[in-house]
Amino acid sequence: MKFTRRDTILMAAGASAAAVLPIRAFAAGEEEIAAFTGGAAVGEGGVTLTAPEIAENGNTVPVEVSAPGAVSIMVLALGNPNPGVCTFNFGPLAGAQYGSTRIRLSKTQTVTAIAKMADGSFAQASSEVKVTIGGCGG
Amino acid sequence: MTKTVLKGAITSVAILAGAGMALAEGNLVINGDLELTTEAPAPSHIEGLTTVYSGWVFRDSFTQAMEMDDFDNPGMLFVDAGEDMWNEPAGTSGKACADCHGDASESMAGVRAVYPKWNEAAGEVRTLEMQINACRTENQGAEALKYGKGDIVSLEAYISMQSRGMPMNVAIDGPVADVWAQGKQMYYTRTGQLELSCASCHEENYGNLIRAETLSQGQTNGFPVYRIKDSVLTSAAGRFVGCVRDTKAETYKIDSSDFVALELYVASRGNGLSVEGVSVRN
Amino acid sequence: MAENVTPRVRVPSSAAAGEVITIKTLISHIMESGQRKDGDGNLIPRSIINRFTCDFNGQNVIDVTREPAISTNPYFEFQAQVPEAGTYTFSCYDDDGSVYTDTKDIAIG
Repeated sequence: MKFTRRDTILMAAGASAAAVLPIRAFAAGEEEIAAFTGGAAVGEGGVTLTAPEIAENGNTVPVEVSAPGAVSIMVLALGNPNPGVCTFNFGPLAGAQYGSTRIRLSKTQTVTAIAKMADGSFAQASSEVKVTIGGCGG
Repeated sequence: MTKTVLKGAITSVAILAGAGMALAEGNLVINGDLELTTEAPAPSHIEGLTTVYSGWVFRDSFTQAMEMDDFDNPGMLFVDAGEDMWNEPAGTSGKACADCHGDASESMAGVRAVYPKWNEAAGEVRTLEMQINACRTENQGAEALKYGKGDIVSLEAYISMQSRGMPMNVAIDGPVADVWAQGKQMYYTRTGQLELSCASCHEENYGNLIRAETLSQGQTNGFPVYRIKDSVLTSAAGRFVGCVRDTKAETYKIDSSDFVALELYVASRGNGLSVEGVSVRN
Repeated sequence: MAENVTPRVRVPSSAAAGEVITIKTLISHIMESGQRKDGDGNLIPRSIINRFTCDFNGQNVIDVTREPAISTNPYFEFQAQVPEAGTYTFSCYDDDGSVYTDTKDIAIG
C-alpha cells in the first residue's frame, strides 16, 4: 500500500476542518473521561506517563504508562480528531500496572493517562508532545 | 573545502548535544550483544568528510531504541516475510531461493556488504534488487517484482540480515569505475527548483535541522529501512525517488540506470560502516 | 481476514515461580484508521485490531482496547506474573471479526 505524505497526515488527523471549528460542544476528551470515571473527580499523583517531548514522527510515538495499584489506565490524545487511544485493563495475573505502546498523534498536543485505582478513585498524568513537520517529505 | 568539513562536524556535535538528542554514546548495540559500527573514518575518496556516520546516530533516543532490539524493531516483521519468500517455490520452475542457495546464513553472508556490484556475465552494475529480479526471471521463471517497496524489499531485508555487522565494502574501481564516477557527479550536481544536490544536505549540513528534522549523512548502510513515518520498509532506490522529488526536480524512474549509479556511489560513501540488517529511521 | 497479519510474541522460555516477566508483542497490521482516503477520494474504511488480550492458564493477565490512534504494526509491552509453569495465550481481535491467536509456553526453572 502506498503511503503518501498526505495519507500519513490523514491517518491521524482526519478532516482538517474539524481542527479549525471555533465552537466545540465538548472539551477534548471530556466525553471519554466522563464515561470512564462516571463523573468522579480525577486527582493527580500515582500515575506516570512517559512520552517524548518532541516526537520524531507523529505516526509512531512511543508512550509508556504506569500506575501501581490501578485496575485500568485509559490513554487519550486530546488533540487527535478522536481522543481515544487505548485502555489497559489489568487482570489478576498482571505483573505490574504498566503498559508501553506506540501511538499516532496528528499534531502537537497533550496526551493524558487516567488511572482507575483499586479503591475506585481516579488519578491522571499528562504530557505535552510536540509533533512537527519534517523537512523531507519523500 | 576544509572549512566546510569543520563546519559540518562542529555543527553536528553542537546540534545533537545541544538539542538534547543523544549523540550516540559508543556504538549501536543490538540485543545487548551485537555491536555495530556507526562511526568510521570517511573513505579517502570523499574530500568533504573526515568521518562517516550511520543515520542511526541522528535520530532521537526513542527511535534509536527501536533498532536496538530485534523484537522492538518493526522491520523484523518484513525480515520474517522475506524468509518465507526465500523458502517458497516461485514461478514456473517451482524452485525457491533455498533450492539453489541453500541456507541463507551461509550463502548470503557478505552479499549485502558488497552491493551494488559488477556482474561479469551480464556486463553491468547491479543493485541487490536487480539481482533478485534477474534470479527470479532467469532462474525461477517468476515475474520481476517492483522495486522500492513491498515483497522485493522484504526479501532484500532477509538477505541484508545475513550480513548484519559486516562493514560495507563496495568496489569503486575496475569495471564499475565509470558508473561510480557517474554516481559521484550526480551526488554533487545541484538540481530542481530548489537547486539542491545530495551534498547540499547530506555533506554540508548533516546534523543541522531541516525544518524540524535532523539531517543525516544520507548513508545507505542501514537500508532497507523501516521508516516510522509510513510504517513500511523502503529500499535505497525507493528513497532516492523521494529525495530527488523533494528538491522539486523531476525524479528519475526507480529502475533507472541513474539510480543504479547513484546507489553505487552512495553505498561507497559508507564503506566501513556496518550493515544494519533493517534499520529504523524517521 | 486482514492480509498478512503475523503476530510475534516474546516470552522468556523459563522463569522462577512467582517472578514477574516482561512480555512484548508485535503484530503486522495496517491499523487502517478510517480517516484516510483512497485515490478516488473515498474514505478507506476503518480496519484495526480493536482488542488485545493475554491469558495464562485460564486467568487474565491483561485486556487492552485499542483505537485507531494505535500505530501501524501495533507494539505492546507489559508485565505478567508467572505463578507456575503453563501457557500464555495471546489474542488479537480484528474489526472484521477475525481473531489472531498465539500461544507461548513457559517453564519454571
